[in-house]
Amino acid sequence: MASITTTARRSALTRNRLPRYAIWAAVVVGLVLGAALSTLVGFNPFGWGVFAAIVFTAVYVAWSGVVEGSRKAKDKLATCLVVGAFLVALLPLISVIWTVLVEGTKGLATPGFLTTSMNGVSGIQDNESASDGTKVLGGIYHSLLGTLLITLWATIISVPIGLLTSVYLVEYGNGNRLSRGITFFVDVMTGIPSIVAGLFAAALFATIFGPGTKTGFVAAVALSVLMIPVVVRSSEEMLRIVPNELREASYALGVRKWRTILKVVIPTAISGIASGVTLAIARVIGETAPILVTAGFATKINTNVFADWMSSLPTFIYTQILNPTSPSNPDPSLQRAWGAALVLIICVMILNLVARLVARFFAPKTGR
Amino acid sequence: MSKRIDVKDLNVYYGNFLAVEGVNINIAARSVTAFIGPSGCGKSTFLRTLNRMHEVLPGARVEGEVLLDGDDLYGSGVDPVAVRTHVGMVFQRPNPFPTMSIRDNVLAGVKLNGKRISKSDAEGLVESSLRGANLWNEVKDRLDKPGSGLSGGQQQRLCIARAIAVKPDVILMDEPCSALDPISTLAIEDLIEELKANYTVVIVTHNMQQAARVSDKTAFFNIAGTGKPGKLIEYAATTEIFNNPKVKATEDYVSGRFG
Amino acid sequence: MTRTAGEMTPATSKGPDVTTTQTKTPEQAEGPRPLSAREGAGGDKIFSGAALAAGAIILVVLFAVAVFLIAQALPALVAPQDQIAGGKGFWAYILPLVIGTVIAAVIALVIATPISIGVALFISHYAPREIAQILGYVIDLLAAIPSVVFGAWGISFLAPALVPGYNWLSSTLGWIPIFAGPPSATGKTIMTASVVLAVMIIPIITSISREIFLQTPKLHEEAALALGATRWEMVKMAVFPFARPGVISAVMLGLGRALGETMAVALVLSSGPLLASLIKSGNQTIAAEIALNFPEASGLSLSTLIAAGLVLFVITLVVNVVARWVISRHKEFSGAN
Repeated sequence: MASITTTARRSALTRNRLPRYAIWAAVVVGLVLGAALSTLVGFNPFGWGVFAAIVFTAVYVAWSGVVEGSRKAKDKLATCLVVGAFLVALLPLISVIWTVLVEGTKGLATPGFLTTSMNGVSGIQDNESASDGTKVLGGIYHSLLGTLLITLWATIISVPIGLLTSVYLVEYGNGNRLSRGITFFVDVMTGIPSIVAGLFAAALFATIFGPGTKTGFVAAVALSVLMIPVVVRSSEEMLRIVPNELREASYALGVRKWRTILKVVIPTAISGIASGVTLAIARVIGETAPILVTAGFATKINTNVFADWMSSLPTFIYTQILNPTSPSNPDPSLQRAWGAALVLIICVMILNLVARLVARFFAPKTGR
Repeated sequence: MSKRIDVKDLNVYYGNFLAVEGVNINIAARSVTAFIGPSGCGKSTFLRTLNRMHEVLPGARVEGEVLLDGDDLYGSGVDPVAVRTHVGMVFQRPNPFPTMSIRDNVLAGVKLNGKRISKSDAEGLVESSLRGANLWNEVKDRLDKPGSGLSGGQQQRLCIARAIAVKPDVILMDEPCSALDPISTLAIEDLIEELKANYTVVIVTHNMQQAARVSDKTAFFNIAGTGKPGKLIEYAATTEIFNNPKVKATEDYVSGRFG
Repeated sequence: MTRTAGEMTPATSKGPDVTTTQTKTPEQAEGPRPLSAREGAGGDKIFSGAALAAGAIILVVLFAVAVFLIAQALPALVAPQDQIAGGKGFWAYILPLVIGTVIAAVIALVIATPISIGVALFISHYAPREIAQILGYVIDLLAAIPSVVFGAWGISFLAPALVPGYNWLSSTLGWIPIFAGPPSATGKTIMTASVVLAVMIIPIITSISREIFLQTPKLHEEAALALGATRWEMVKMAVFPFARPGVISAVMLGLGRALGETMAVALVLSSGPLLASLIKSGNQTIAAEIALNFPEASGLSLSTLIAAGLVLFVITLVVNVVARWVISRHKEFSGAN
C-alpha cells in the first residue's frame, strides 16, 4: 500500500492521515479560488457556490491522495459526490417550497380567499385591482369544495374495491391464475399515466351518456383508476404481514373464515391499511390532468357531482396560470394560483402527517 | 364433556403427496396422550387432522375415519368449523390476538362468532376459563390490558383459557412449550395434568421427558426416509414405551440413539 | 360455536367444566352441538364472492379502459390523412410528440438518477442517524407535492432563472445541434421542462432507493468493513449489488412518471414543432398536447387526442413490463424485493 511509509518509531497500526484542519483548509481554498474563478465569468452567488464546491473537492481529494493513498482518496471523493448530490437536490426542492410559501401567503392572506368563488370575477375586476391596488377579488371556495367532493367520491369508489381485492389476493387467491392476473393488472394500472386515466373516464362516460359529459363524478371515476392500485398494493402488503398464527388461532376456535378476516385479520392490519388509504388520497388530491379532461373547470360553486362542470384546486391553479382571468394583468390570477397551491400543499402535508400518526398510534398495542 | 377419539386407517395427503399413512389409534376420554417422533414424521400433521385444521392449507385432504365418540368428523354434512368448536387447539407459539384485551381474548370464541352473551355470563366465563388455565390470579387486575403484554408462558396459558372457553371435548396441543422457558413449561405441564380431569388432551412434543412426565399413553411416529409417508410405529402406555418398547425403532428413539 | 338445545349429555361424561371453579353460565346448561350445523356458512359465500367480485371489477375496468380508448380512438386512426391536425395523417402527427416525450423523459432521468442515488445513499449511509430519519420524512413529503405546483414553480421561477445559462450554452457550445441558438428569451424550453421533471422525480426515486439501501443486510456491510474496506468500498461491495434491482425498478418508476407527466410540461413548455435544439421554444409531449387541446376538442380532433393517449399508455406499459422483466431476472441474485 502506498501509504505505508512510516518510520520505525510509529506502530504498525498507524498510517499517514490528513491533519484535522485539512477539511477546513480545503473549504477556505475552495471559497477563495471559487470566488476568483466565478469573477472571471461574471460573479454571482450561485456560480461562486458551484466553483467553490468543485475546487474544494479537487483540493481535498488530491491532498488525501498524496498523504493517505488512492483508496482513501476515492472514499473521500465518493463522500464529496454523495453530499454534493444531496445539496444539489435540496436547492430546487427548497426553492419550490419557498416560492409557494412566499407567493402563496399573499393570496391566502387576502380576506375572502377561502370563502368566495370566482363567480362574477372577470378581467375588469382584475384590471382595477392591478391599476388601483385594491384587494384582489375572487377565491377558491368552489375549487376547495370540488376537490373535497371529487376526492371523497373517488375514495368511496376505490376503498371498498381496493380493500376487497387485496382480501381476495391474500386470503382466497392462493396464487391461482386469477389472483396472478389481478396482481399483474394492478401493476399495469400503477403505471397508467394520470391523463390516460382521465381520458378513459371521459371516453367511458362519452360512450354511455353522449359526448361532452363532464361532471365531478366522471373525475372521481378517473381518480379511482389511479387510486385503486395504490390501495390494493398497500392493503395487500399489510394483510400479508398479519401472522398466519392469528388466523389459525381463530379457525381453531371454530370461527368462520369471513368472520376471521373481518374481526381478526383486518383489525390487526387496520392501522397500516388506513395509513395506505390516506397516502393514496394524498396522491390523487393533487392530480390535475385527469380532472381537467373529465370535470372541466368552473368558476361557480357546484355541490352536485353528478351534474355540470366542477372546479378543483389543481385545475384552478392550472387555468389561472395558463389563462389568466385578465390576460393583460395576470398578476391577480397568479396571486390566486399561488394561494391555491399553498392550500393544496397544506392539504397534502396534513394527509401525509395523518397517515403517519395513524400508522403509529393505531398499531396493535404490545403495552407491557 | 370429554370424548374419546377413534381413528381408523387414516391417510393424510398434501395434493398428491402422502404425508401420513395408515394410522389406527384409540384415544380414551380424560387422558393425556403424547405424540413423539423425529421432525417431519407427520405427528403435527396428524394432530391437525383431529380438528380438521389441516384443511386450512390448500390441497390437504384425508382418507379414513376419525370418530369422536362414534361421530365421524369426516362424515358427509359435517362442517369443519363446527368440528373445531368440539376439538380445540393450542399452538406452538403463543398467539393471543394483538388487537384484543385479555378479557376479549378469552371471549374470542364467543365474540368472533357474533354470539350475544350477557355481561354477567361473560364475566363468569372469563373467570372460569382463566381459573381453568391457572392464570386468573395473575391477570385478574388487568383484564382490559392487551394480551400481547403478558409473558410468553402467560400468553400460552391465555391461549389455553381461550380454547377452553369454547367448551371443547378435546384439546390438541402442538408443541405448546417449545417456545417457553423451563419455569413456564412447568406451569403448562401442571395445567395439562389438571385439564385431564375434564378433557381429552392430545399433545405433540419433541421433549421426551415432557412426554414421560405428562402423558398416560404415548404414540411414536416415524418416517422411513425423505419423501416417504410418516407412520404410527408404536402406541402404548407411556411407561411401556419408555421402559419396555416392543419395536426396535422406538427403543432407538427413546434411548437417544437416533432422531 | 354452534349450540342448539338438544339431548342432555349422558351423565357419565358430565363433569365440572373447569377444574377450579364451579361457576355455571347458561351456556353450560345447553346440550351438545351437532357436528353438521352450518350456522353462518352463508357469510363465507357472500364474503368470498364480494372479494372475488372486487378483483374481477379491476380486470373489467382495465379491459374497459382498453376497449373504450380504442373505440374512441379508432376514427382518428382510419380517418383520411388530410383531416388530422397537420394534414399528414395520425402517425405523422404522433411521431414528433412521441420523440418529444421520450427526449424530455430521458433528459429528466439522466439528471435525476445520479442525484437521487446520491441523496438516497447520503440519507441511508452517510448522514448522522438523527438527521437521516427527518430527511427521509422530508423526501417522502416532497414526493407527495402535486405536479401542478412544480409546473407553477417551473414557469415562474426556474424558466427565467435558466435563461442566462441557455445564453451561455448557445454562445459557447452552439455548434452542437442540441444547444443551437438563438435560445428562448423566456426559458420556456424542453430543457426547462426536463429539469422540472427531474426535480419532480428525484423524491420518487430517492424515496424507493433509500428504502432499499436501508434493507442491505447489516451482516454484509459488517463483513466488508471487517475486511478493511473504506466506506465507499463497503457501499460498492455490499450495498450496490444488493440494491441494484430495486434501484432499477425505482428508476423505471421515475421514467414512467416522467413519460406520463402532464402538468409540468403543459405549464412550462412553449410548445412547437419537433426541434433538435433543446434550448429553443419548440417540441411537445403527448400528455401536454392532450391537456392543452382537450378542452376545445370535439369529433375527430377528440379522437386524435384519445388515440395519442393510447400511444402514451402503450409506451408506459412497455417501460413497466421491461422494468418488471429486469427485476425478475436479477431477483435470484439478491434479496431485494
